[in-house]
Amino acid sequence: MSNHRVNDTPWWLNQRVRGLLAQLLVIAFVAGFFAYLAYNTHVNMQARGISNSLSFMGQEAGFDVIQSLIPYNSTSTYARVFLVGLLNTLFVAAIGIVFASILGLIVGIARLSSNWLLARLAGAFIETFRNIPLLLQIFFFYFAVMQALPTARQSLDIGGLFFLNNRGVYLPRPVPEPAFWAVLAAFVIAAGLTVWLRRWAHRRQDLTGRPFPMFWVGLGIVVGLPLIVFFAAGMPLGWSIPHLRGFNFQGGFAAIPEFTSLLLALTIYTAASIAEIVRSGILSVSHGQTEAARSLGLPNRRVLQLVVLPQALRVIIPPVTSQYLNLTKNSSLATAIGYPDLVSVFAGTALNQTGQAVVIIAITMGVYLAISLTISLLMNWYNHRVRLIER
Amino acid sequence: MSYVLKERHPDLPPPRSEVGVIGWLHRNLFSTWYNTLFTLAALYLLYRAIPPFIDWAFIQAHFTGTGRASCQGGGACWVFISERLPQFFYGFYPDAEQWRVKLGFGIFALLLAYLHLPRVPAKLWVGALTLFVYPVFAFGLFSGGPLGLAHVPTTQWGGLMLTLILAFTGIVAALPLGVLLALGRRSKLPVLRSVCVVFIEVWRGVPLITVLFMSSVLLPLFMPAHVDIDKLLRALIAIALFQSAYIAEVVRGGLQAIPKGQFEAADALGLSYAKSMSLIILPQALKIVIPGIVVTFIELFKDTSLVVIIGLMDLLGITQAALNDPKWLGFAVEGYLFAGLVYWIFCFGLSRYGLFLERRFHTGHRR
Repeated sequence: MSNHRVNDTPWWLNQRVRGLLAQLLVIAFVAGFFAYLAYNTHVNMQARGISNSLSFMGQEAGFDVIQSLIPYNSTSTYARVFLVGLLNTLFVAAIGIVFASILGLIVGIARLSSNWLLARLAGAFIETFRNIPLLLQIFFFYFAVMQALPTARQSLDIGGLFFLNNRGVYLPRPVPEPAFWAVLAAFVIAAGLTVWLRRWAHRRQDLTGRPFPMFWVGLGIVVGLPLIVFFAAGMPLGWSIPHLRGFNFQGGFAAIPEFTSLLLALTIYTAASIAEIVRSGILSVSHGQTEAARSLGLPNRRVLQLVVLPQALRVIIPPVTSQYLNLTKNSSLATAIGYPDLVSVFAGTALNQTGQAVVIIAITMGVYLAISLTISLLMNWYNHRVRLIER
Repeated sequence: MSYVLKERHPDLPPPRSEVGVIGWLHRNLFSTWYNTLFTLAALYLLYRAIPPFIDWAFIQAHFTGTGRASCQGGGACWVFISERLPQFFYGFYPDAEQWRVKLGFGIFALLLAYLHLPRVPAKLWVGALTLFVYPVFAFGLFSGGPLGLAHVPTTQWGGLMLTLILAFTGIVAALPLGVLLALGRRSKLPVLRSVCVVFIEVWRGVPLITVLFMSSVLLPLFMPAHVDIDKLLRALIAIALFQSAYIAEVVRGGLQAIPKGQFEAADALGLSYAKSMSLIILPQALKIVIPGIVVTFIELFKDTSLVVIIGLMDLLGITQAALNDPKWLGFAVEGYLFAGLVYWIFCFGLSRYGLFLERRFHTGHRR
């Protein structure tokens, strides 16, 4: 007769003991693995006469960078190189995110259009650019498009304001005069006023049921007030227009070809993905929701604003954020065409010059990791806030 | 006196604007004034883009010839592509040995085709053979040596062949690792779970380029001095590690979708952890995530082009090399169009295949 009690089971079959043992094994394995790597690295670095330290960051870099948002020259330090690269990465990523969102939204809506031709064109756009590697698109825009443009003297001229040539794209640049701060201040005040007005309108509607044309009034305040101040202060904004001097353009904002082609490729590639997300988000709101809202007597605009969009956005925003992250990470492909981003100047040129492979790769990965984790945390917070609360 | 009809009035034909070609045009292209505007703008755009492209790519193009001289005048120069077709496919693999690549990929295609037939004998064994034995065999076949074949070092592998090797080896190595990581992330053991979470989040948080840089710069440092790792192998390790993190997240989604009752039922049957996972949970979870894995595989396929940056000659690398050939300067558009078309065919085909699998594995109740 079997008459076992629970604690008669031998210790090696006890679940808790097994769990502990397994975890000890994992710790031992991970620690051993890293110790092995660290030991080998130490030996190899000594053989090459390199010591791991951050002291190289203070040394003079001695190379030039073709685009920098902060003052930089070849006598600057490696720390400065790091900063220049990081800013260039963030610069191209930020602009790319704005453009990709706009283009993606337009294409995504066009894909759902009742216009057959428009929907097909949007579909062709999405399927073409989503299925070709981004790097190939970057190469295409850089080597096949930008380098095939005419020289500076024969630039393509768009209205005398925009110029395209094989040295880049030249745009007019706004030059704010001292009094321009008043316009900015007016804008801030107008925004504050609108937020306050919105609260008031909500409260009044809750109490009395009388709606307030918030959108138009808000738009009027936010645009109107700065505009009045702008004219009152005597239009304190000049424009620097690019013009040909000698063999190159002076003035305006010059976007180097590396930047232009990277931005174009990142924008188009990400926009194709965003368009698909927008489409599926809008389709995810069931038609019953629209019908229910209509039968409540809401006008079409309010149906979109109060019923469809909030539900669609809950589906759209998380994957779009991960597309933004992808775009930021993909901007590291810049190194293939020589746009001076973080990977190109820091993990590329600086690494080759100093040989500080471990430190530099760790810092570079750390930066991207920090960006990703920050955005993930924000995303989790947002998901928690908008999650569907069921009974 | 009555004006009421005595019999039913015969049905009138539907208005001309609602049926037939005109009706279709009215509904789909000219339903509102702004739709008309969009249609006209789109037609104009197509008119400006399509005829010149056809003219350039086909009518004025040069298809036959032997050298640069046969590409005079406007139009595309497809001679540039046809002259180098073997390079685009095999890289610098010796001409006399290219039958080995064809044989290798032919066997692979046969294995895959067999696995796709419904209800054939020994499917599990063939699957295991494809996953574990075939890669070793293919490596031996392609690099030569042990089988008495001429040795072809991996530095000579290239073109589409290398792209396919990177993608398939990447997914074969990443799948099991990814499944293990996903299981680890859902484990109740805190240490195991945190190790998996850190592993997954680190790889997912950094760009593939930095991982490739790491594998090409740091891996030699991490190994004892006498160990020399092949450049291709380094890229493969980087791609497999990187991809396994993405696979893990996809699989985790599938695991989360399995109702708790399934876990409890497996426990109630007295199945061990390994058995309940391999017999109950994973078959259901993997079935759900197959579309997600195909999407990941498409991303991996596109990402293999990044190995250009560490100097491997995959399809994009060969294209770059061909464009920099001083004898053939100035045909960048043709080169990129061709490479893009090849990538597109594979990626688009894979995405359609993913849709097909989704339908085929949809064995539950259809809504």
